[in-house]
Amino acid sequence: MMRRRTLADREEVLGGAMLAPALAYVILLVGVPFVLAIVLSFSNATAGSLRFGWAGLRNYAAILADPIFLRALRNSAVVTVGSQVLVVILATAAAQVFRATFRGKRLARFVLLLPWAVPVSLAAIAWTWIFDSTFSVINWTLKAAGLLHGWLYWLGEPALALVAIIIVQAWRILPFATVIVLAGLSSIPQEIVEAAIVDGAGFWRRLFQVELPLLLPVVTVAVLFGVVYTATDLGVVYILTGGGPANTTHVLPTLAFQRGILGADLGQGAAIAVFLLPFLIVVAVAMLRLARRAEVGAR
Amino acid sequence: MASVEIRNLRKHFGDLHAVDGVDLSIRDGEFLVLLGSSGSGKTTLLRMIAGLERPTSGEIDIGGERVDGDVPPRARGIAMVFQSYALYPHRTVFQNIAFPLEAVRTPRERIEEKVRWAAEMFSISRYLDRYPRQLSGGERQRVALCRALVRDPKVFLLDEPLANLDAKLRNTARDDLKRLQRRIQTTTVYVTHDQVEAMGLGDRIVVMERGKVRQVGTPQDVYEDPVDTFVATFVGQPPMNLLDLRDPSLPPGTLLGFRPEHFLPRGGFGPGEDIRSFRFSVRRVEYLGSDRYVYGSVSESGAPDATVIAKLPGTVALAIPEGEIHEFAVPRRALRYFDAATGLRRRL
Repeated sequence: MMRRRTLADREEVLGGAMLAPALAYVILLVGVPFVLAIVLSFSNATAGSLRFGWAGLRNYAAILADPIFLRALRNSAVVTVGSQVLVVILATAAAQVFRATFRGKRLARFVLLLPWAVPVSLAAIAWTWIFDSTFSVINWTLKAAGLLHGWLYWLGEPALALVAIIIVQAWRILPFATVIVLAGLSSIPQEIVEAAIVDGAGFWRRLFQVELPLLLPVVTVAVLFGVVYTATDLGVVYILTGGGPANTTHVLPTLAFQRGILGADLGQGAAIAVFLLPFLIVVAVAMLRLARRAEVGAR
Repeated sequence: MASVEIRNLRKHFGDLHAVDGVDLSIRDGEFLVLLGSSGSGKTTLLRMIAGLERPTSGEIDIGGERVDGDVPPRARGIAMVFQSYALYPHRTVFQNIAFPLEAVRTPRERIEEKVRWAAEMFSISRYLDRYPRQLSGGERQRVALCRALVRDPKVFLLDEPLANLDAKLRNTARDDLKRLQRRIQTTTVYVTHDQVEAMGLGDRIVVMERGKVRQVGTPQDVYEDPVDTFVATFVGQPPMNLLDLRDPSLPPGTLLGFRPEHFLPRGGFGPGEDIRSFRFSVRRVEYLGSDRYVYGSVSESGAPDATVIAKLPGTVALAIPEGEIHEFAVPRRALRYFDAATGLRRRL
């Protein structure tokens, strides 16, 4: 028997000690770059030198007057919202399917979860082939089915390219969202579902008036995560379109990367990246409120 | 209004025969209680009547119409109250009660009218705008009953609706329920494991064990004339005393049964009464206010250590010291005989 007080007995020290690594991680890898980005956005720093001069709001003025930036800002919103709408619909449907018992369910679930395990860059490269102007498997399939008469240049036309980006982003988030919705579905008490059946509600009434409202908090969590993943993602757009054709499919992260790193204008790149902030602040506030509500058990 | 006929109904879950050949005739307007411990199949039987569970074989008729096949719950004319009440947490009390009416596309004014009528009946009109989480257990239970009532069901199915209430509330809720059923005269099937509830509520009680019906009868039948030792010990608190007396005047292998409240001090009986006396060696006396439970054993018994319980009303003031032998007796008309091997009742 140890008679001296060990670290484990001293809660006030133990708490701090256990928190320290996480705190260090957040401060060094999130906090410092974040402050640095804001400072840089007010500077005329470049990648080629150590010179650091105050630029005031000039970077912001420059990007706000730049149609490419405005387009990227809009694209970020379109891609994020579009992919999340798609994800919510598909994840709810998929969760309904996976709730049922059928042969090969385990295999199907494994396949569904696969995109989650594939590195974004590899997946994006695979998708560039799926959307390839000559070999697109989608086009050939549609053509063989007699549904397509012309030809779709997926990554060659701005609108189609944006659709392609939305599809890939949705594909990437779907497994995660499905798992969350599935967990939400199984947390709905069986008796409530049965009560709705006995009360005479058919499938759609049950879905829209009982299950979806009860799933709402869980779906919100899935969407908030999805927004963060999608809005901050660089890889998909960078590999799929590189922001092209003619800079029409940039989103904020790719444009920031292009200007700040490839174009060496750190100040302007940082200013572009800072525009992600409003997106993420809204999400962060919503998440914190949701977490709090779950804690006090208001629902 | 409808009667329910159940013929040779079975439900197997793999090797488990949850309901194992049940025949039951539920009369129009009757309050029928399915009584059994957990795993007796009572809830499965109820769920098959509701249509939430598909029978393995057998027939169910509701109001003369065969429903056991593909007739979905909504077309059976039933309403069900669940043990957890299963209220929709995201809907107000009003919306909860209105839900079954909306499902059959009732006009708005009619819904309004019916919900208010039902809420009035259960005195929950004040809570119509609240959410279930803002209500107490008793209030939730009444909302669940309201929701079942507005459908004008032919048959009410209740699955332990009082189990989640505290003891005090349960008594008033039981009374409310019985009065309601008398008033609306709707056939009711009520599942419970609580024999006090069963005795108090049921016009008839169905005692179930391991998927089979042991006895069907009025509360008096079941209590006073149990068909076997299972019913005799399951109904009644404390249970019926069963003694293997090896008495030469009885056929071999006969168990003698009597209720604890009939087992009283010898001195309390008049001289002309036809009684059977026992030498009761008292181990312990439990004072419960309105009653005294006296625990002990009877030396004539084949198993002299077997506990025999006497239930003395509080009005009997006689002192009964522990550790002594007392003369106790049972009136002969209160004695019941059972076959020791099969447990079945023997008429002697």
